[in-house]
Amino acid sequence: MRTGTIIAGFTLGPKLHEGGMAVLHEATHPDHALPMLMKLPLLAEGQDPAAIVGFEMEQMILPRLAGPHVPRCIAVGHEPLPWIVMERIQGETLLPLLDRLPLPIAEVAEAGALVAEALCALHRQGVVHLDVKPGNILRVDGDLGPRVVLLDFGLSHHALLPDLMAEEFRMPYGSAPYMAPEQLMGIRGDPASDLYGLAAMLYALTTGRNPFGDPQHMSHMKRRLWWDPPPPRALRPDCPPWLQEIILRNLEIEPARRHPTAAQMAFDLRHPEQVSQTPRAGKLKRDPWGTRIRRRFHPDHQPRLKRNASAMAQSGAPIIMVAVDTAVTAAGLSTAMRRMVTQIMATLPGARVACVNVLQTHLLRPDMTLDDEGRNKHLQHLLELRHWSAELKLPEARLTHHVLEALDPADALLEYAQTNRADHIILGARESSLGRRVLGSVSGQVARDAPCSVTVVRLRPG
Amino acid sequence: MRIALLADIHGNLEALEACLAHAAAQGAQRLIFLGDLVGYGADPEAVVARVRGLMAQGGSQGVITLRGNHDEAALHGPQGFSTLAAIAMRWTQARLDDAAKQFLAALPFTHEEGDCLYTHADASAPPEWRYVTDAREARRSLEGTHARITFCGHTHVPALFALTATEKLVHHSPAPDVMLPLLRPRRWLAVIGAVGQPRDHNPAACYGLLDTARAECGWMRVPYDIEAAARKIRAAELPEALAARLFEGQ
Repeated sequence: MRTGTIIAGFTLGPKLHEGGMAVLHEATHPDHALPMLMKLPLLAEGQDPAAIVGFEMEQMILPRLAGPHVPRCIAVGHEPLPWIVMERIQGETLLPLLDRLPLPIAEVAEAGALVAEALCALHRQGVVHLDVKPGNILRVDGDLGPRVVLLDFGLSHHALLPDLMAEEFRMPYGSAPYMAPEQLMGIRGDPASDLYGLAAMLYALTTGRNPFGDPQHMSHMKRRLWWDPPPPRALRPDCPPWLQEIILRNLEIEPARRHPTAAQMAFDLRHPEQVSQTPRAGKLKRDPWGTRIRRRFHPDHQPRLKRNASAMAQSGAPIIMVAVDTAVTAAGLSTAMRRMVTQIMATLPGARVACVNVLQTHLLRPDMTLDDEGRNKHLQHLLELRHWSAELKLPEARLTHHVLEALDPADALLEYAQTNRADHIILGARESSLGRRVLGSVSGQVARDAPCSVTVVRLRPG
Repeated sequence: MRIALLADIHGNLEALEACLAHAAAQGAQRLIFLGDLVGYGADPEAVVARVRGLMAQGGSQGVITLRGNHDEAALHGPQGFSTLAAIAMRWTQARLDDAAKQFLAALPFTHEEGDCLYTHADASAPPEWRYVTDAREARRSLEGTHARITFCGHTHVPALFALTATEKLVHHSPAPDVMLPLLRPRRWLAVIGAVGQPRDHNPAACYGLLDTARAECGWMRVPYDIEAAARKIRAAELPEALAARLFEGQ
């Protein structure tokens, strides 16, 4: 296609990029003011015909996606050949990161959290990407801080759409270094496959090498069904245990052993000090030969790759945020709140609780948090929070504690719920008071403005 | 334009009315009946009268009605039917007048419009009344015609089959109430579930909603008064299984 060609009213501009499967052109249209791209498949002689299947999959999926983590689809069509017009987003892929490996740990965690947050948004819309790699991730520095936009849905699986790729088994569908074991076995649709891809990428950013190299043959790729990579700390001694824990957890062969959701993975990458560490965190060697051989050959030690998982089913493993005002919560209300949390946690084995309270700072005395008294207050709040949650009797891996310092408690709680992708907020209603009537209650504001479900626990008077 | 596709009503007036009301609320301007107006259910005369009324109202372009194996049997008697179906058909025959039977048995097998083909069963040989339940049967039906999209019923189980760019056949189970793209230029075979006797373990009535402008089709699920339909089957002393299965959707 040449510059100047008009397709369905869109005028093709210069070619911006040519990949293995598709070409991107700048595009303009009198009715659309925003910068746009037209994507066209490469239909050259000798091209894999399955490329067109992936292109059509993207034609079905992209128009059904929304939000800040995907390019907005403007139109799709099929004449004179299939095409997709989408918003052109200013940003850079993560590919340049690969030129300066290994990255500082903070940068690895930041990149990981941003990608996990984007995957969370994608999974909630029923889509598993299945080709998470640096070239498909665009970093955008917007007004609201950095975010990533995911690109290329040609290999993706939509929980509600016919999966045209389901019958395409030949290589290479997915990128060899990052592809999850279950994907190699033709299982599509498990969101944990994307967590594996992200973990393989974080492994590379941390250590400077891919966990399984860049195998070119199916037999070599399938090693990851029983082989484990050297732990990152063996290659990079200053890799912190919490990061190794997150990476190795999501490189687990069995999807069920990885993080239950992308939101929970993002949560751990954002709160390193709260990552619950298993023996994985301290590992310095790969599994012994015997273990690997058993996984390879012993029928009882074969990894379970297939499970009943689908994107959108975040409800099985929500992040439950419990806002506790330890200073003013009466004993009865505390008990009622704990009972509520316990009931929810009992039915959802993948759920985790983030206990949050707010240390109110004062506009007129802004230095308060910096002096001794301020620091003690923070610690005291944390201790009270731990004391409050102890009776929940939850294992460390399912419980975290956070003291927020803010002028306005409701704003702080809402922002926390937003940035940490909380699925459910539980908080107590303060007893009727003059303050509540005049100023409005924290629980009222949170219930009105929260990005998720809110349960306000209230004791029946009398 | 939106077209409602109604298959396998099987004498279930309650389910038919619920689907017609739902389709009207969705903006359906046309109706295509994909066969089997009668058989199994206790309201064959009322269903035939209702459909004929709609045809008279909508004109020859607005409402299309196609023939199903049970419609044919209303005149010629049950052939190759299961025991239950045969009992119900003999009962149905006794209820319908000659005009209704003539009407049913004279319905066309297929209707073609644009790149769409509408029929009751396997489109490659409509008079054979073969089911389309798996990829092999779907391929046979698709290869037997030139239509880009085929709509049929007969199995009472919703399904969507796609022939991909690499000639592979993909079988998809449509989720309720989701509009699915029937992407050009691919070929598709949409098996619409049953209005009057669903068999996919979902007792809600099922009909197809086709959006021709967007080239999308949805399998709509509509709750209806199953109690009333079952009560009539029992009152007519038709086999109890025909009433019970409505509650289970099987």
